[in-house]
Amino acid sequence: MTMKKDIILKAENISKQYRLGQVGTGTLSHDLNRWWHQVRGKENPYLKIGETNDRSVKGSSDYVWALQDINFEVERGEVLGIIGKNGAGKSTLLKILSKVTTPTTGSIKSKGRIASLLEVGTGFNPELTGKENIYLNGAILGMTKKEIASKIVEIVEFSGCERYINTPVKRYSSGMTVRLAFAVAAFLEPEILVVDEVLAVGDAEFQKKAIGKMQDISRQGGRTVLFVSHNMAAVKSLCTKTIILEHGKVVFEGGTEAGIDYYLRSNQYEAYRGNYINETIEETGFVSIALIDKDKVIRTEFGFDETISIKIKIKVAENHLNAHMGFRVVDRNERIIFTTQVQLADKINSAGMHEFEVQFPVKFLVPNTFKLTFGIHIPNVELIDYQEECLSFEIIETGSEFHIYGNNDNGCVIVDCDWCLTS
Amino acid sequence: MNDKEHSNEEWLFEITPKKKFFSLNFKEVWQYRDLLMLFVKRDIVTVYKQTVLGPLWYLIQPLFTSVIFTIIFNNVAGIDTGKVPPFLFNLAGITIWNYFTSCLNDTSDTFKKNAAIFGKVYFPRVIMPLSIVLSNLLKFGIQFLIFIAFYVYYYYQGATICLNGTTLFFPLLVALMGILGLGLGMIISSLVTKYRDFTYLIGFGVQLLMYLSAVMYPIALLKEKLPAYGWLIAYNPLAYVIETTRYMLLNSGTVSYLGLGYTFAVTVFVFLIGLLLFNKTEKSFIDTV
Repeated sequence: MTMKKDIILKAENISKQYRLGQVGTGTLSHDLNRWWHQVRGKENPYLKIGETNDRSVKGSSDYVWALQDINFEVERGEVLGIIGKNGAGKSTLLKILSKVTTPTTGSIKSKGRIASLLEVGTGFNPELTGKENIYLNGAILGMTKKEIASKIVEIVEFSGCERYINTPVKRYSSGMTVRLAFAVAAFLEPEILVVDEVLAVGDAEFQKKAIGKMQDISRQGGRTVLFVSHNMAAVKSLCTKTIILEHGKVVFEGGTEAGIDYYLRSNQYEAYRGNYINETIEETGFVSIALIDKDKVIRTEFGFDETISIKIKIKVAENHLNAHMGFRVVDRNERIIFTTQVQLADKINSAGMHEFEVQFPVKFLVPNTFKLTFGIHIPNVELIDYQEECLSFEIIETGSEFHIYGNNDNGCVIVDCDWCLTS
Repeated sequence: MNDKEHSNEEWLFEITPKKKFFSLNFKEVWQYRDLLMLFVKRDIVTVYKQTVLGPLWYLIQPLFTSVIFTIIFNNVAGIDTGKVPPFLFNLAGITIWNYFTSCLNDTSDTFKKNAAIFGKVYFPRVIMPLSIVLSNLLKFGIQFLIFIAFYVYYYYQGATICLNGTTLFFPLLVALMGILGLGLGMIISSLVTKYRDFTYLIGFGVQLLMYLSAVMYPIALLKEKLPAYGWLIAYNPLAYVIETTRYMLLNSGTVSYLGLGYTFAVTVFVFLIGLLLFNKTEKSFIDTV
């Protein structure tokens, strides 16, 4: 053994079952049935039925597994990113980790105190002052009064709320509340800190501060952070390792870069279309169009710095060789980003099947949702084939220079302007 | 290799599906004692924020109730309170009764009221009802001071009231009342998470219970006037606490040691059942609430 692994947290076969539908009415019969089975020493009859939690597919059972056989290990000082779409089971996992709910099966073993920052500001009492709330929130998170007292100056300073510290929290802006809550948790010094989407709130300056603080916690403090987020940019800059949850199962465990790649590639959102096929073209038209990545794999979600190409297969009749082919990119706000076209005659000189590949400039489109409209036409004469918004895709924020501003609209494209200092 | 295996076994704690029938971790509750005190402080400080009269409300409620009771039950209905001034008689009953009901009412919606915070962070849930009982004890203390003030006033007015040897044990009686309220509150708070019906039951149930608890009359009086319903009182542990309170403080009425023993047994039983149910509920309620 060359290096000893210092595992601080270990999840073994964690599963969590939920009952769907109207909980609270008619459960008495289930309760009795369950109790009757227990009395006779039999297994819980409702644990067997149950299916994977895919909310888009209608299941036959009232019971679903929100989590199924989750296994992972976290080393001391590691920042583990937990990625997954809505409903993949992230929140359930966090709830189990923070002891709010218990797993149905399996166990989590830990060598350190776990403190969660699930939703900042929980436990803040609006009537109490900032200072009183620091004490209260700190104690809720498991600190003793003494510990808090020794940290209070730093906490107040980090939160940037000195001036309001003796004012009731109900007079705070939401941003101030978040700062204060994050400050309390960040200075809590648990061995394991669980953070869930805090960075979605607060302004850019604070987000930067928060990310920096979390880096400090793990790098200098040697403490472990479990970070749950949709924000790929934050995951990229913070995490040393990621796990990806899909329908309640761990589908990936490994490095951050590879994880983000996997996430973007595998977990494609149903609402996007990366592929269009029409095999009934007789004369001229699009046979297939596909959005592909650098490995020629069809995808609908791309990191902002990834290569995006469109593979177009067309059938052309002799009399349409003088046509133009083009497409248009429109964003979610129905803004037309650009239109590009090619004169077929410049590229081909015979009728039949032809295949094109069009590459977008890299780091060009800003993170947003886009729709593509394709057309073949003879200018001002004839529209031969027109496929309106037949493809759609999303550019995911994976660390463009604007990621720190959250969801601000910074335009449609990223332009690398030449900034010169002239005097 | 051995070293690694060894270190892997030293887990600080383990999160598992809780199957144990009863698992109250007293050590953990002790670790969170600061939180307990901060909750008490929060309850005290925030309750009458943004009110003009502030903590005076603590006093207004029992005083006015006593006045009304004195007019209705003593002046109109003519209940005889013996040598004790009726107002003081009622105030003593109401003060201790209030402590019980506030403990019961405030703890009975522990889970419902704190669902948001319980759904986010872990701390021993029992801290919550404990803090309620403690902050209500403080409230009781303030109300008791006003009782003492009136006691002194009536004493110098020449009323025949006096303390006796049992007065020393009054704190124990208060503790008994608090624990009974806490126990019942925990039972109800656990049931409410699944069956909301109990919320409605507690609303008028407590009010009806007051009439059966000898708050505004001596036990002896009811037994004398309604001998057929005497058992209703005889089985009500609260009636003994209230009757004994008056005996301890005003030297009025009787004290039944059998009744007190019964009350003690019921309290212990209710409290244990409460803990058990509470313990069971705290593990699962976040999925059902």
